[in-house]
Amino acid sequence: MITVKELTKRYARTTAVDQISFEVAKGQIVGFLGPNGAGKTTTMRMLTCFLPPSAGTAKVAGFDVLDQPMEVKKRIGYLPETPPIYPEMETAEYLKFVGKLKGLKGQELQKRVDYVCDRCAVADVKKKLLGKLSKGYRQRVGLAQAIIHNPEVLILDEPTAGLDPKQINETRDLIKGLSGSHTIILSTHILPEVEQTCEQVIIINNGKLVATDSVRNLQARARGAESVLVEIAVRDGSLDLPVVQHKLEQVSGVSRVLCKQQVDSRAQFEVESEKGRLVRGDLARTVVQCGWDLNELRPAAMSLEEIFLKLTKNESAETEKTTTKESQP
Amino acid sequence: MRNAWIICRKELGSYFVSPVAYLLLTMFGLIFGFFFWNALAYFVVEGMEMQMRGQTFPMNLNEDIIRPLLSNVGVVGLFFIPMITMRLFAEEKRTGTIELLATSPIRDLEIIVGKWLAAMVLYGCLLLFTALNFAFLFKYGNPDWKPLAVGYLGLLLQAGALLAIGTFISTLTKNQIIAGAATFGVCLLLWVLGWVSGYERATWARVLSYISVVTHFESFDRGVIDSKDAVFYVTVIFVGLFFTARSLESLRWRS
Repeated sequence: MITVKELTKRYARTTAVDQISFEVAKGQIVGFLGPNGAGKTTTMRMLTCFLPPSAGTAKVAGFDVLDQPMEVKKRIGYLPETPPIYPEMETAEYLKFVGKLKGLKGQELQKRVDYVCDRCAVADVKKKLLGKLSKGYRQRVGLAQAIIHNPEVLILDEPTAGLDPKQINETRDLIKGLSGSHTIILSTHILPEVEQTCEQVIIINNGKLVATDSVRNLQARARGAESVLVEIAVRDGSLDLPVVQHKLEQVSGVSRVLCKQQVDSRAQFEVESEKGRLVRGDLARTVVQCGWDLNELRPAAMSLEEIFLKLTKNESAETEKTTTKESQP
Repeated sequence: MRNAWIICRKELGSYFVSPVAYLLLTMFGLIFGFFFWNALAYFVVEGMEMQMRGQTFPMNLNEDIIRPLLSNVGVVGLFFIPMITMRLFAEEKRTGTIELLATSPIRDLEIIVGKWLAAMVLYGCLLLFTALNFAFLFKYGNPDWKPLAVGYLGLLLQAGALLAIGTFISTLTKNQIIAGAATFGVCLLLWVLGWVSGYERATWARVLSYISVVTHFESFDRGVIDSKDAVFYVTVIFVGLFFTARSLESLRWRS
């Protein structure tokens, strides 16, 4: 549905987006992830034909954003970072105006306005001035505006920014409900959001593509070796740290043992194992056989947050290296 | 052009929902009302004095009231035009709604024409206030309506040209005040440029006075449609809107 090839956006002094390539299949929800200023908004603006790319191509539903912007615009619903609302208009009046802009008319228009009002839960403020609405309502009116012409592709720039937790959940459910019939790209810097709503993640940092994969694969990839968190307590007497560490290291399949923290007679270790080896059972047995208490034993799965930090950090470290190299004569 | 009409209706809605339109209409009504009363009072006093002196010069409503007043409307309009155009694009750029327009399946030209048309309609509403005053002349006197109609046509063309320039200037900034002040400066300059022709006959002076929007109004004010002047105004409208389109386009390449 969306094909992006080496998309680049250069400004006078900076390169906001640097040769990004990715593909989004029909009906997918894709999370566009990156720290502030990574180039998310710029990329989305290029996809919506608001900004022309400096180099590379982007195709939406088979139409190039540079060659056939009208066709692209007809098939795209776009919610910018701040909902594009006119404060002096009423909700229904505004949605009607946007609907007309997108080419709807007559009965169809009225039907769609009613539908999106219900769908986005803004029916109760139909007759209110947009300028008087709360942030949550404005955001939902923004979303209603984006789907009014039932577009094939939805591009949402931080759709949950500034909402309260309840509204965030409602918005996420709404977005999930829209997938299937729509292809959705949503940008965010809130990671759980991606974990919960998206099937696929595109991570960018400093305008460069860092990773693009499904959420599950990404977690597996970043984790690399399995690691397990073990908490051990000794009931009588003090805990001899080197002894415990040595014992744990002797368990077959364990590659590294790290003491994370020690409080009195309790200690927490992070145990890394070789890839593909399950060591939890052996670990538990060893601990019990030595007469210690096993307080906790759980896999230390990496949250998307850690993956994200890891990936973006590596990337920036690498670019730093290259820039220092370049600066040397 | 259906899209241009949609934009135009929306802009008119913005003008008339906010106090902008009413403020402009009230101020213009007051100012023009004063001008009208002033001209009429002078006309009446003059007429009585002439009768007392026993002179029977023909006095003419068209020549003595309508013509100077129409030219005044043009000048007063210079002050109101920046207030009409300053928000057209500056506001959309500030609030980000320009993104909605730019990502909708409509052409830049349709957006521009729609907005310019809305500004024209609002200016037309201002002119309606003057028509209200002139109606009294028709009730109690017998002026010729044709020069008046031509005068209105001239005013609309003149305003169209200035509004096109104002629309263009509004695309250059996010700040309404800057857009308004710059438009006002340009409008004023285009008015006073004509003054040099009063004392100078060199080519440069003729060029300057040709650029002045007010000199081209004189023929309309006399009740004559001079194609040369009409073409001038229409050209300025087209050039202004053309520059607006280019400016919108460059906005995308730069921002």
